[in-house]
Amino acid sequence: MTPTVPLREESMAKPASTATSRVRHWLSGLSTSGRVGLALVILWLVLGAAGPLLAPYDVGAFVSPEVFDGLSARHWLGSDYLGRDVLSRLLSGAQYTVGLALVSALLASATGAGLALTATVSPRWVDEVISRFMDTLISIPSKVFALVLVAAFGSSLALLLLIAAATYTPGAFRIARALAINLNQMDYVQVAYARGEGRLYIATAEIMPNMIHPVLADFGLRFVFIVLLLSGLSFLGLGVQPPNADLGSLVRENISGLGDGALAILAPAMAIATLTIGVNLLIDALPGRGRRITRGR
Amino acid sequence: MAHGTPRNRSGIAAAGRLILRRLGSALLTLLLVSLVVFTISALLPGDAAEETLGQSATPEAVAALRHQMGLDQPAHLRYVRWLGGMIKGDPGQSLVANMPVGQVIAGRLPNSLTLAGLTAAVAIPLALAIGILSALYRDTGLDRALNLMTLGMVAVPEFLVATIAVLVFSVTLRWLPSITVVREGIGWAEMLRGYAMPVMTLACVTVAQMARMTRAAVIDQLSRPYVEMALLKGLSPSRVVLVHVLPNAVAPIVNAMALSLSYLLGGAVIVETIFNYPGIASLMVNAVTSRDMPLLQACAMIFCTAYLLLMLAADVCAILANPRLRGQ
Repeated sequence: MTPTVPLREESMAKPASTATSRVRHWLSGLSTSGRVGLALVILWLVLGAAGPLLAPYDVGAFVSPEVFDGLSARHWLGSDYLGRDVLSRLLSGAQYTVGLALVSALLASATGAGLALTATVSPRWVDEVISRFMDTLISIPSKVFALVLVAAFGSSLALLLLIAAATYTPGAFRIARALAINLNQMDYVQVAYARGEGRLYIATAEIMPNMIHPVLADFGLRFVFIVLLLSGLSFLGLGVQPPNADLGSLVRENISGLGDGALAILAPAMAIATLTIGVNLLIDALPGRGRRITRGR
Repeated sequence: MAHGTPRNRSGIAAAGRLILRRLGSALLTLLLVSLVVFTISALLPGDAAEETLGQSATPEAVAALRHQMGLDQPAHLRYVRWLGGMIKGDPGQSLVANMPVGQVIAGRLPNSLTLAGLTAAVAIPLALAIGILSALYRDTGLDRALNLMTLGMVAVPEFLVATIAVLVFSVTLRWLPSITVVREGIGWAEMLRGYAMPVMTLACVTVAQMARMTRAAVIDQLSRPYVEMALLKGLSPSRVVLVHVLPNAVAPIVNAMALSLSYLLGGAVIVETIFNYPGIASLMVNAVTSRDMPLLQACAMIFCTAYLLLMLAADVCAILANPRLRGQ
């Protein structure tokens, strides 16, 4: 508690603080576990974005005569069940996992928040209809919902992205609506109504800026859920299809190496764990995190 | 005291009405869920008739089978018929197993319930211990360590836990079998060995969630004025917790239990498949791979019903426990 007070005074004394000092201020407010989380998140974002550029070998190339080889100077993480370079496949898999999950989570959070704002400022019956529909969708366990969608539509990359987004939109909606409804009762919003402002203005200019922080924290959680869902689906063979492979597919295809404790299966498994734990640590350390966020699915 | 009895009775009646209303709302949700499940699975480009006959079938044969299966009827009629069958316990014919879906599921459901029951029996005491302990020692090293542990357990996918468990207990230590065999007449020891890993994996995810919610519920009680009062009165902290806090925290804790048990449903999908366990969840995954829609629909509805029952249980506990809610 106490260390934050002088920091705040300091930053108020110098209103013209540069971007770097603001970042430094924000970092100093994070706990150690929060910083570890932030480092892991940045690491995986960079690896996800630049993965193929860093990969020492081609993703599909058979480069080692040995299958399930261990560490070596030529193959930092050994070779997989077909003698391909694990590090190169891991970097490419991270691109699929991080990229798909990021876009789906963005889609889910944006749709959820958009619908929540619509429901809040619209006439009562619109809110009733949207909320009832979302309540229905949230009563279907997420994995079950995703399985039904995969069975009906298949699992191409674009469809997986939409399926993951659809699965986690209701949760995002529920949290955003609770926030928006509370804000809608605030005096300054009621004043805006009395002033005769339009609904679009009230939703975007009055309510949205004040719910952005909890919605961002929720976005992080959606991201974790979607990483877990997509890699779970891929592990079952229902997610990303060969020749593409995300981290879950890598665990699945190398499952025969489990008996030897091969790096080919441990490396992608650890990659998923560090990614999701990193995001969780970061969110957990964010200041002023809303209580109800922890209750999400 | 004189007012006590009638007010109590009206309170019970009010709680009863509230519970009935929740029950009605749950049934309505289930009906809407069935509509969603049916709509999604009926949107398929190919239908069951094409699926059954294969690609080489003549259009006439497909049309004939479609007529025979009632697929040429309008969607709303098919939905009503499907729903009727579901309620009567006859959700149609499994396309792949070529036997009634009801029969396929009846063979699997007890297995899944056993797995869920065993997991709950392991997870609930463990989660209670972790949750209460970290609430009592909140903001100490122990609490932070437990918090980090449960956070990690929530974030790690089930298949990772299962894979590591297999690696440690089956491959390295050779203590436990890596698949669970369920058959008649196996001894207790063998059954426990077979169930150990699936239960452990499922419990991992559930315990983490449950412990975090239990901690929140107990901390919520600890911050109430009556706890301060009891402490100021000079009672020992352990007495305050056991005699004063826990009875008040029972309802929120049971509520948290019911909510977190719903995590079992998702976890079962992965765990049953990995350990080759003959339950409903692995049946559903098979139904997805073979696009066996009637079977998939029935499994999905079972999962949704289970989920809604758990939510209802959580709601009812909250109502029974909260005198203010009861009075409404």
